[in-house]
Formats: sequence, C-alpha cells, structure tokens
Amino acid sequence: MNFHPNDVVRRAQVTVYVGTGLVLVLLIAFFRAQIMGYREWVLKSETNRLREVPVAAPRGTIFDRNGKIIAENVVGYTVSVLAQSEDSLRSTLARVGAKVPLSQTQLNQSVRRYRSAPNRPTQIFGDASFEVVSVLEEHRVDFPSLIIQSGPKRHYPNGPAVAPFVGYTGDVTEGELAEARYAQYRAGQIVGKVGLEKEYEDRLHGREGSRFVEVDARGRVVREEGAQERKALQADSLLTNIDLDLQLHTAKLFGDSLVGGAVAMDPNTGAVLALYSAPSYDPNEFIGGVSFSYFEGLRNNPKRPLYNKAVQGAYPPGSTWKLATAILALQEEVITTESKMPQECTGFYYYGDRAWQCWEKAGHGKLTLLGAIAKSCNVYFYQLGLKLGLSRLVAGGVQLGFSKTTDIDLPEETRSRFPDRLAYFNERYGPRGWTQGAAALNMAIGQGDNAQTVVNMARFYSALATDGTAARPTIVHRRPERTRIMNLTSDQMRDLRAAMAGVTAEGGTAASAALTGVVLAGKTGTAQTSALVPGKKACDDAWFVGFAPADNPKIVVSVVLECGGHGYLAARVASEMIGKFLGVKPVLRILTEGDDN
Amino acid sequence: MRRRGAVSVDWMLVAAALLLSMYGVAIVYSAGQTDIPTFVTRIWRQQVLWFGLGLVGAFAVSRASIRLLEWVAIPLYVGTLLVLSYLLFFGGGSGTAEGTKSWIVIGGMKLGQPSELAKITVILMLGKVLAASKSPPKSLLDLWKPALVVGIPWMLIIGQPDLGTGIVFLGIFFAMLFWSGISWRLLLLLASPIVSLILGGVTQLWGSWFLLMLALVIWYKPYPWEGAVFVVANVFTGVVAQLIWDRLRPYQRARLLTFLDPSADPRRAGYQVIQSQVAIGSGGWFGKGYTDGTQKRLSFLPAQHTDFIFSVVGEELGFLGVTVALALFVVFFLRVVRVAERASDSFSSLVAFGLLSCWFTHVVVNVGMTLNLTPITGIPLPFFSYGGSFMLSTWIGIGIIIRIAHEGRGGRHASGMV
Repeated sequence: MNFHPNDVVRRAQVTVYVGTGLVLVLLIAFFRAQIMGYREWVLKSETNRLREVPVAAPRGTIFDRNGKIIAENVVGYTVSVLAQSEDSLRSTLARVGAKVPLSQTQLNQSVRRYRSAPNRPTQIFGDASFEVVSVLEEHRVDFPSLIIQSGPKRHYPNGPAVAPFVGYTGDVTEGELAEARYAQYRAGQIVGKVGLEKEYEDRLHGREGSRFVEVDARGRVVREEGAQERKALQADSLLTNIDLDLQLHTAKLFGDSLVGGAVAMDPNTGAVLALYSAPSYDPNEFIGGVSFSYFEGLRNNPKRPLYNKAVQGAYPPGSTWKLATAILALQEEVITTESKMPQECTGFYYYGDRAWQCWEKAGHGKLTLLGAIAKSCNVYFYQLGLKLGLSRLVAGGVQLGFSKTTDIDLPEETRSRFPDRLAYFNERYGPRGWTQGAAALNMAIGQGDNAQTVVNMARFYSALATDGTAARPTIVHRRPERTRIMNLTSDQMRDLRAAMAGVTAEGGTAASAALTGVVLAGKTGTAQTSALVPGKKACDDAWFVGFAPADNPKIVVSVVLECGGHGYLAARVASEMIGKFLGVKPVLRILTEGDDN
Repeated sequence: MRRRGAVSVDWMLVAAALLLSMYGVAIVYSAGQTDIPTFVTRIWRQQVLWFGLGLVGAFAVSRASIRLLEWVAIPLYVGTLLVLSYLLFFGGGSGTAEGTKSWIVIGGMKLGQPSELAKITVILMLGKVLAASKSPPKSLLDLWKPALVVGIPWMLIIGQPDLGTGIVFLGIFFAMLFWSGISWRLLLLLASPIVSLILGGVTQLWGSWFLLMLALVIWYKPYPWEGAVFVVANVFTGVVAQLIWDRLRPYQRARLLTFLDPSADPRRAGYQVIQSQVAIGSGGWFGKGYTDGTQKRLSFLPAQHTDFIFSVVGEELGFLGVTVALALFVVFFLRVVRVAERASDSFSSLVAFGLLSCWFTHVVVNVGMTLNLTPITGIPLPFFSYGGSFMLSTWIGIGIIIRIAHEGRGGRHASGMV
C-alpha cells in the first residue's frame, strides 16, 4: 500500500467526512420520523391497523411401515376474534354465545388465549362444527371482528389403537413457550403434547403461513389482503416402523378388560412394530381443545389411561429376569448350562431364618440350568444367586442395561429401577436393614428392588434373540443402533434359546401359548407388586417376553398385564401378536396350566 | 513506573466501546420485558456473560504483538475457510433464518456463528496481502490476490446463504482497497457494476450512470480489455439481470430473494419494517420510557432483541436516545480512524481500517434498516444485538485496535497502562 504519511492523513480526512456524513443522514432520517412524523406514527401505534392472521400449517402425515396412515390432516373450521381489549373480547363472546352454544370453559379458555397473545386473533372454537359455522356466517354482519377460517385439523383414523405411541397435539402453553425448545413458537400455535407428536415436533410442525387483514380502530376487519398471503407449508411425512395391522390386532387383544402394556419389535434392527398401553384413550378428543368432562373421565379412571404402561410403567420383572441371572452366571463361568445345584428342589429353600418358596409346592427335583429355565424353578435360581453373589448380580445387571432407559423415541419413557451400585441398599434400608444373601436371593428371581419397563425387557430379549447385542428400539424409521451387552459363546446362546423354547412346549409354564409351525421361545413371569404401589389392589402382574421363530427370530414381544395373575395369560397375548405378524395361528389348547413362580 | 508487557490504552476509545456495550445490554434487557414473557426475557444474562468474555478476549488479544497477528493470519485464514466449508454441509439454522447453515451445531448444541470470526481473519489476511506490495493495485490484474482473499470466503458465506454478512465483506473489501491508496477512478469502476444493479430498474438513471462510466473508462485509459470488462459487467448487471428479473414469475422472484436471504420474505419483511417504523416514529423526542415501549411490550416488533433492537432504542428513549447512541458510535469510529492513521506500519494500519469498515457497515445497514433506508438483510448491530459470537468478535477486534494504537505513534508514551 501507499503508506506515505501525507496520503494517509488525506485518506483519513476523506473517511471522517464520508462517515460522519452518512451518520448525519441517519440522524436526519430519525429526526424526520420521530419529530416531524411523530403525530402520524403515534396514531398508527395506537391503532396499529395491520393485523397478521396466522394460517396454520398442516402437520406432517405419519405413516406405518406399509404406507398406511396413522395421523393425517382433515379440513376443520376455526373461529377467532380480533379483539382490541379484554372487554371487547368478552362482549363479542357474549354476543356469539347468544347465537351458538358456548360453554363457560370455552369462554374462560378464550380469555386466557387473548391474554397470552393479544395481538393475534383469539381462537374461540378450535374445531367448530358445520352448524356453528353456518349460523355465524349467517349473522356475519353482526360480528365484524370475527374470523372464520378453514384449516388443517389433526385426525387419527385409528384413534385409541395408536394413541399410546402417536400421542396428540394441543395449544402451546405459557410454560412451554418459556423453554428454549419452543423459542420460535408464539402463543396460539399448535404443538405435539405427547408421544411421536411431541418427540418429532421439529419435523412435524411445518411452517405457519399468514395473511394480513386491515382493521379499524375498533378492531373490525376492514379489508382482507388475500393476495398477499404467505402460504403455509406442510412438513414432510414421518415414516414409522409400526405395523398398523399388528398394532390394531394388539389393541383388539387387550380389548376393554385387560390392563397393561405391550411392545413388539424386530430384534435385528430395533424397529418397533407395535406399542400399546391399555386402556387407551381417543387422541381425536384432544384436537381443538379437550372437553372438561372427557379429560376428567380419563384422569379419574383407576386404570389410568393417560399413563403409558409400555414405556412409563415399571413392573418387577419376576421370572423373566431369571435369564439375566443365567447369563451372568455363564459369563462369570460360575456354572455351565448342564450344571445342577447342590440342593434339589423340594418346593422350599431354607436360607437365613425362613423358608424361601418355589411356586411348585411339590418341588421340581434335580434340574440342569436349562431345565430350571423351562420350569422356572425358584430353588435353582436361589442357589445360583447365592453362588454369584449380590455384587456381581448388581454390576452385571447394570451391564445388561437394567438401570437405563432404552432411548426409544418417545418423550414419556421413564428409567427402569435397578440398584446401580451396592451402596444403594445401605441408603435405602440402612446398613443393618438388609443382608447380602437375602437381597441376592430376591434379585436372582427378579424380585426386590427391580422394576423394569415393558420396552426395556423387549430390548434385553432382543439381545438373547440375536448374538448378544441389544437393539435400540425406534418407532420412526432410521439407522439401527446396536450395543453388545453380553458375551456368551454361540453354543451357550443356542442352549438358552432352546430352554426358552421349552417354556411353550408341552409341560412348560406357557404351553398354552404355542404356535403352529413356529417355535416360540420366551419366558413367563409373575410379579408381586401389591406391596410396591400404595393403594393398589393386592394382585400379581403377569409378564411374558419372547421371540419367534426361535432359530431365526423375526419378532420379539414383551407384554405385561396388570393384575393378570399367571404369566401364561400374558404369553397368550404375546403369542397371538407373534402369530399375527408371522402369519401363523396359535395352538388354542388349554393344557397343563403352568402356575408360574 | 511501567510494568513489563503493559499496554498503553486509548482510554477514549475503550470508554466509548464500554458505554456502547452497557447501553446495548440494557436494551437487550428491555427487549425481553414483554407483556408475555418469552425466552428473550432471560437472555440479557447470557449477553452480560458474553460481554465479560469479550473483555477477557480483548485483554488477551491486546497482549499479542502485531507481528504475531501477521504471522497467524495465514493459518487462521485457512482454518476459517475449512470451517466455512464444513458449515455448508453440516451447518444449522436459527431464528428467522431457520433454513440457513450459519451455525456450528454439535450434538444439537448451537455453538456459534463462525462467519462473525471470519470477518476478523479475512481482514487480517487482506491486510497482509495489501501490505505486501509497495504500491497500491493499479489495474484489475493487480487485484486478483485481494479479490481471491475476500472472494472465496464470500462465496462460502453467500452459499449458507447469508446475504447480510456478504454485504459486510464487500464493505470491508472496498474500504481496505481505498485505504491502500488505490486510485479513486479504479475504485469507482470496480463498484460500478453494483451501482448498475441498483439503478437498473430505472432506465434514465441507469443510462446516465452508464454514460458516466464510459466517460470514466475513456478518461482513465485502462488496458483495452480492462475497459471492456467494466463495460460488459455494467451492461450485464444493469440490463441483462433486469431482463431476467422481469421475466421471472412473482413466486420465482420470492424464491430467489428467499434464497439470497431467508429472512427477506417480502411480505413479512414489509410487515417488519412497518412495525419498526411505527415503534420508532411514536418515540418522539424522549421516547415512551425505558422498558415501556408499547409496540415492543405487545410483541409487535419483530426480532426485537437481534436485528431490530435499534427500534427499541427509538421507541423507548426517543430521538435523544438515538442521538446518544449514534454519537457514541461516531466517537468510537473517529478514535479508530485515528489509530489507523497513526499505526506504525501498513499492515496494522490496514487491519485497523478494515475493522472500522466492518463495524461501520454493520451500523449503517442495521440502523438504516429500521427506518426502511437499507435492505433487510439480517445484519446485527454491534454492541446492541443479542448474540454471543458477535459480541465476542467485536471485543476481540477492539483488542486488536488497542494493540495497534499501543505500537503506533503516540501509543507508548501515553499515560494509561493496563
């Protein structure tokens, strides 16, 4: 560059003149606007005539794996009012209420909506019926500030059957608006509240459009600038792994009487084929604002329909957890698959100052590990638990993923309860309140401080069904993620699967759940939860977790039935689900009713 | 007594910057005071934190000698290009510019906008290149190096797309060429295609401009091919671009505009500017009072904590508040010009002037935008707009200025030492 001092000084002068000149221009512009144009702009700020009327974007369609619709958009009508003040809103509402039915709840809701977004049109009816719309259109001249719009409305063709995973949508709340996740949202917009609708909100919400209407000082719509509207954009579709036929079948199996949860997934990819929680609810009732009576009905239902029993409910896994004990013992080389325990099963095992029972009062006699799995012999596993010791059970259980979530793509999922270290027992019961031995005995048969979600047991069994790697369950289609959680030889894996196939064979604990032509491998469980849940009726929850075909698993199913009593009842549900998916029929024979655990 | 390593400080410059920053944080706080609280209500705390980090950054940079800065210019520049290319593939969007790729996102965390720091590294690199030659560029051929230095990152940033930052880069480029002593005729010829683009809409205006350009080309007597390049460029931007534009359907135009700058949705932008003008105009002499702006409280103002933050100043503190803010900016700019003028060597001088031009472009385009004088391009206002990377990069720039002042004429003998 030319760095001669004289030239630099000259250029600096030019810079100062040009720069100061430009800033002066800005200052003059501000003077013109703020001082000379003051009156005009103040008037505009008081009336602020141009109002932006948002045009809702259609949410993305949700499909099942075969392209069947799980959630779609249909045409609905919204009625809103451009109010200048709360008083004018109330008077409009009173006049609207004289023409069409308007409940006190809807009235209060509208006032709340107005307070949270005074410069947006206040919605009165989120989903107005055709009658309401036609009456209001008829009296159009009486309501100049009313905006009646047709727009997309969420619809779930198979409402209650898919609600447990798809969830529903609703108005964004003030609490949500304060979260960083909803930073770009404004009051009055619709967001996913539960399930996939919430988890994939970012992908589903689309882009809101807007049109502009000019209103006079009293909020009456003077002119609509329809041509200037900004189109709303629908979001891309969401492709899920769900098999809608299987999902519907599962919902039918639970019917109106059974209470519990079920998860079916592909053990190789983690693709969730079905996920159900019973009783369910109708998500369509929530669209456009849920009625007070419907919501109270759900809330006061003792079977808790809004509580997702597949991913939120944690149940002691009972005997389904015996496989974990067996895997840990084999991995630590404490035993082999052919090992027998010192004491044969006589229906009791004496430890400490009490007799620990086996569910079979008559006793199972001398069993190998594989036999003990097929018969679900408690006495065998009591001794195995003692051999292994509590610390290895706890550390191994953590390794197998029992203290974690599965990271399924549902926001409701809760962490399964499992002691993550030995110190847990001291914290919970005090140093003298427990003994290692008794805790190990309980843990070995899946009782005690162990409560698992249905989906986490499905994840664990997906490792048994494959080569020891557990798949992360995913509802929406994406790249499979697998983690190795156990290290057994392929022979050992094969033997364990054979033992589990014995469960549904003649003489097994779930013989009635067998399928024609396909071997179903699995494990029943009966969990004593009455003591854990305060106020709950004393009853046993039934578990079944299994997969089929046993030699080349295509589907793993995990089922819990609250107060289901015997595990074989859950097995019947699971077997029906697997049969539906694989296209085979369950053998409907009521044979020796295995009384599990 | 002078401590070893102590740096003399231009206190007037630092005081102006500090006052501007505090003014800015106060306005960011006010921008969050809406009737319905949103996440903006709490962001002023983050802004204070970034301000503090900026001060630390400025202090650290002012310890580094200018020779060190000159030495790291090339690696920093190469690193910047790598990061910007990375963004084209893995960048994320934010706010009104959801569709762009200007953010580094790792594991869902938005870490920052590298284009803010890119401005500084490009200034360093351009300074190094321009300082390397004894005489200023005399023809188009001499300009290939500086053009490349700015052109590559410019393309990468336009590709994000971020038109606003692209404009700032152009401002830096022309200002630094000017400061290097390039002949004003060549500068005018260089800028002429851009003027043609703007005037292209009105035939008479563009016609007169084109004749003026022709006269300039003949008078300046560049190489024949050079003159031809200028003429062709002017014809293209003035006539052909206009023809293409006219043939586009409205939705295609909107799409092109949205491509160039996602926040410039014409209808929405119009709405934003009207709301901003209403807010500023209704401020009057003394404004509606700090935190009491009615347009702002009702959330009529768009992006009131970022791009349109100056509207909050205008609405709540009135013409007085605007004048104080602009006066502080002028003091700050005049001090930086003084630093550039008294720098010890051409590299330092160019860097100081480059930083000045960067800030100046930001201020003029942003403030002008709130009154519909300049296009809405999403350029933030230094010291005021909420944003971590920007606050940090601004203060790092001030650190560099402090160092240049220290090494320049009058620096080492000044009284204040830090």
